[in-house]
Amino acid sequence: MAITVKIPTQLRAVTGGESEVAVEEAATVGEVLDGLYERFENLRDRIAEDGDLRRFVNVYVDGEDIRFLDGLDTAVSDGDDVTILPAVAGG
Amino acid sequence: MPTGSELIKKAKERIVEVDPKDVHAAFAGGSANGTVLVDVREQQEFDQGHVPGAVHVPRGHLESRIEGAAPDKAERVIIYCASGNRSALAAKTLLDELGYSDAQSMTGGITLWKDRGYDVEVPRALNPEQRERYSRHLLVDEIGLEGQLKLLDAKVLLLGAGGLGSPAALYLAAAGVGTIGLVDNDVVDLSNLQRQVAHSNDRIGVPKVDSAEISIHEINPDVNVVKYPVRLDSSNIVEIIEGYDVIVDGLDNFPTRYLLNDASVRFKIPVVSASILGFDGQISVFAPYDGPCYRCLYPTPPPAELAPSCGANGVLGVLPGTMGLLEATEVVKLIVGAGDPLIGRLLLYEALSATFTELKVRRDPECPICSRDPSEISDEELGVFPDYEAFCAGAG
Repeated sequence: MAITVKIPTQLRAVTGGESEVAVEEAATVGEVLDGLYERFENLRDRIAEDGDLRRFVNVYVDGEDIRFLDGLDTAVSDGDDVTILPAVAGG
Repeated sequence: MPTGSELIKKAKERIVEVDPKDVHAAFAGGSANGTVLVDVREQQEFDQGHVPGAVHVPRGHLESRIEGAAPDKAERVIIYCASGNRSALAAKTLLDELGYSDAQSMTGGITLWKDRGYDVEVPRALNPEQRERYSRHLLVDEIGLEGQLKLLDAKVLLLGAGGLGSPAALYLAAAGVGTIGLVDNDVVDLSNLQRQVAHSNDRIGVPKVDSAEISIHEINPDVNVVKYPVRLDSSNIVEIIEGYDVIVDGLDNFPTRYLLNDASVRFKIPVVSASILGFDGQISVFAPYDGPCYRCLYPTPPPAELAPSCGANGVLGVLPGTMGLLEATEVVKLIVGAGDPLIGRLLLYEALSATFTELKVRRDPECPICSRDPSEISDEELGVFPDYEAFCAGAG
């Protein structure tokens, strides 16, 4: 088991086109993201700034926005789905 | 074999007949607890006037529809028609064949009711063509005549007559939304036709609002189309959106989406909002003060390099169809008051994997707009965000 991270279209250029990435051994959202940054070094600049998420990026754990949980300290466990979601304006 | 009149006489012997004055007493306030009043006449007769509080189940549909009108078979059901014959037969059917324990017929029907000087309600009705056109809506309980009349009275504003606006416009017109406003300052381009189905090859170069109006009227000539061939901005938004019941956001850029959010919160107009990129779509309903607003979900827009909507970007042609029709569905639900609208929920659709994901959207107690009273939101603040100037410069 692992944590599954969904990568939105806008960020797939820095994940080599991958739309879903599995991260092992992470206890918090912050650790999940660190795991992603290790593999996709350009991802950090896109979504993080000064150790925190950039304001236009939402992250959800099992459908709940981490802004209303414990932010990057929000706990995750095996089998959780993490969704990274920037705003989209296309119509 | 008995004659027709013998059959009616037998039915009347079998059932209990109730005088109009007793029915009038029971339904003085328009309804009576524990009693259902059923009019079994034809549609046309019902439309010309019926007893207030009566539900309409034409005798020809009695067996298939009575359980919807009177689900509790132990309750008293009083049936009436024009003179008391059809209702006697219907009451007998309910007692003998459908298991109702207390079905009665009103003596003398609505003719005697009127002779006694009691009130008759003449419902707002659909004309015969509308009844035919919307017949499949009339057959579903969640819409029915009441819902269809709400749709006909509704005013829906579509922001953008492009990818999302096209399918929404066509289906909302077909559904009978009475007034459709279209805001778009663009003209039809060949590259639009891969997905913008309200337009056509022979209308390339035509303003999109005019082209969409033609398609809307081809489907439903009764729709009142109000055209705004302008770009929505802070100078015109208040004037345009005021008076609409629901707004459909099919906008293609962030500044206008924030502008729309702030103005719609101020006027408390719900916004059905979708966006598309590549193979992915998002949709939610922002109902001011009932649920979160767009700023609660996205406090600030992404910078230009991460907002591909600002430049050329690709999209699966079918995707705005899917998302625009999810928007149209939410609009109809809001208007008729059916189901659970997508308020406080963001639905993601990924076409390639064919999956839907639902995310929760909460009201932000610190939201710069919807945490305040609408009267406190000034014209100057609409659509403003911290780095607005830089954003627009970057977006080109």
